[in-house]
Amino acid sequence: MSIIEVKNLSYVYGANTPFEKKAVDNLSVSVNKGEVIGLIGHTGSGKSTFVQMLNGLLRPTSGQVFLDGADIWAKPKEIRKIRFRVGMVFQYPEYQLFDETVYKDISFGPANQGLSPDEIDSKVRRAAKFTGISDELLDKSPFDLSGGEKRRAAIAGIIAMDPDVLVLDEPTAGLDPMGRNTLLAQIMQYHKQRKNTIFFVSHSMEDISRVADRIMVMNKGRLEMFDTPRKVFSEVERLGKMGLRVPQVSKITSELACLGYDIPEGILTVEQAFSALLSLLKKEGKL
Amino acid sequence: MIRDITLGQFIPGKGVIHRMDARVKILLLIAFISLIFCAFNFASLGLVTAAVVAVILLSGISPKMYFKSLRMIIIIILITSVLNIFYGTGTPIFEWGFIKITLSGIFRAIFVTVRIVCLILVSSCLTFTTSPTDLTDALERLMKPLKIFRVKVHEIAMMMTIALRFVPTLLEETDKIMSAQKARGADMESGGLIKKVKALTPVLIPLFVSAFRRAYELAVAMECRCYRGGDGRTRMKVLHMKRIDWICIVFTALLLAGVILCNIFLPTVF
Repeated sequence: MSIIEVKNLSYVYGANTPFEKKAVDNLSVSVNKGEVIGLIGHTGSGKSTFVQMLNGLLRPTSGQVFLDGADIWAKPKEIRKIRFRVGMVFQYPEYQLFDETVYKDISFGPANQGLSPDEIDSKVRRAAKFTGISDELLDKSPFDLSGGEKRRAAIAGIIAMDPDVLVLDEPTAGLDPMGRNTLLAQIMQYHKQRKNTIFFVSHSMEDISRVADRIMVMNKGRLEMFDTPRKVFSEVERLGKMGLRVPQVSKITSELACLGYDIPEGILTVEQAFSALLSLLKKEGKL
Repeated sequence: MIRDITLGQFIPGKGVIHRMDARVKILLLIAFISLIFCAFNFASLGLVTAAVVAVILLSGISPKMYFKSLRMIIIIILITSVLNIFYGTGTPIFEWGFIKITLSGIFRAIFVTVRIVCLILVSSCLTFTTSPTDLTDALERLMKPLKIFRVKVHEIAMMMTIALRFVPTLLEETDKIMSAQKARGADMESGGLIKKVKALTPVLIPLFVSAFRRAYELAVAMECRCYRGGDGRTRMKVLHMKRIDWICIVFTALLLAGVILCNIFLPTVF
């Protein structure tokens, strides 16, 4: 069953001025409940504009967004309710932290939802647990945390609203490799338990190929491809023309296959490549 | 809404006014403003207004932009001119209770309106045709004599440059933070004044924090490039007076003479 459906969505910046720019162009897509959607595209391809229309931060110039079959702009006055159901984590979300303690900051969203203090408390603690924030950190000022901790605290602030759809705009940008892996693992762990739908915008093909069920490829405001990672990353040339690339490990294995080695197609992660190479070496009797 | 503010917006171009030396432009602006307030009869006021219109046409910027900058203060203009109607002296031409309208009151209102409009138009012309860096550069040069009084001219000019440079950056940042807090259900549209002010806290605190962070980073970057203040610093762009500047100065001088003559030989209105 589709949770989010988008029909003929367009967004124009600065309409009727010399600076008019079509950021999203007649985009239609349907996403099922529980899916993890990777969203890739060159800078300026309209990814951020698109995701900001999913929770009603931007109102489409034309076209509609349906959440559970209902047009989100049917009642413009109740658009806040949509924002609680479609949680949006912006790029560098740590710059939105503002309250005295991490605990208070995470509770900002649930408090805006109008929940009771008990509910808020349980939601905050649950979100903190998912993102690996200890009780000790909860009492600190958000400005005393390290970069990675701030990032996780900010993401917890969205998760605490318990959204059905979670949009993450480059959640791992600017983190060190360790922080990246932990954060990705935590998000996926959360996804497994909560079984919600996730939109994952990233420039890292490695991250995308690891988490996504399906990938949306955007180019110049249009939806170029929408398919499984395997199919999307097999179109090396087409992606190259859009200024995108495939994960490094896919490139290496596909070139090995070109050289005549017996390696299956569509390898996306280092783990897959490892087992493929292992079986190849065993077959050739070199191991 | 924030983006509609035209006051202080530079519009690149190659018109006559664009090519003028920024120092001359500032001095002439001061001269024009004094002239506007030295016009005491309709002849001199007309002369100044004609000169302002000429300047606007020469600037090569669409009148639409000028209207935009006027639109912002239209309420101030209306209130002051309406108030002035009732403050005239002499024999009233219309009387109703305590309200008295005299001919001099009406003249007063006309003068005030024309003066404010002219004032805004010439000042907008300066900011439309001069880039912020040129403007602060020129101000620094013009304020140089103040160094005798130990005024830190260079530092003030640098502060102004940086402030102007960061206005668009901070606007963009505000936009981003507001979106982020709205995504967390912050309600900034509804409620009374107090509620609205309170709703701004989640925006203002991150904004201040990021402004401080930017200030710190910029300071480090400037120190890395050996910036030590104004002493012994040379300039990449040296301002030169050109023929066009002299022509404009002579033109303004003639205008001044005209206004003085009108004031002497024609009766003043009040």
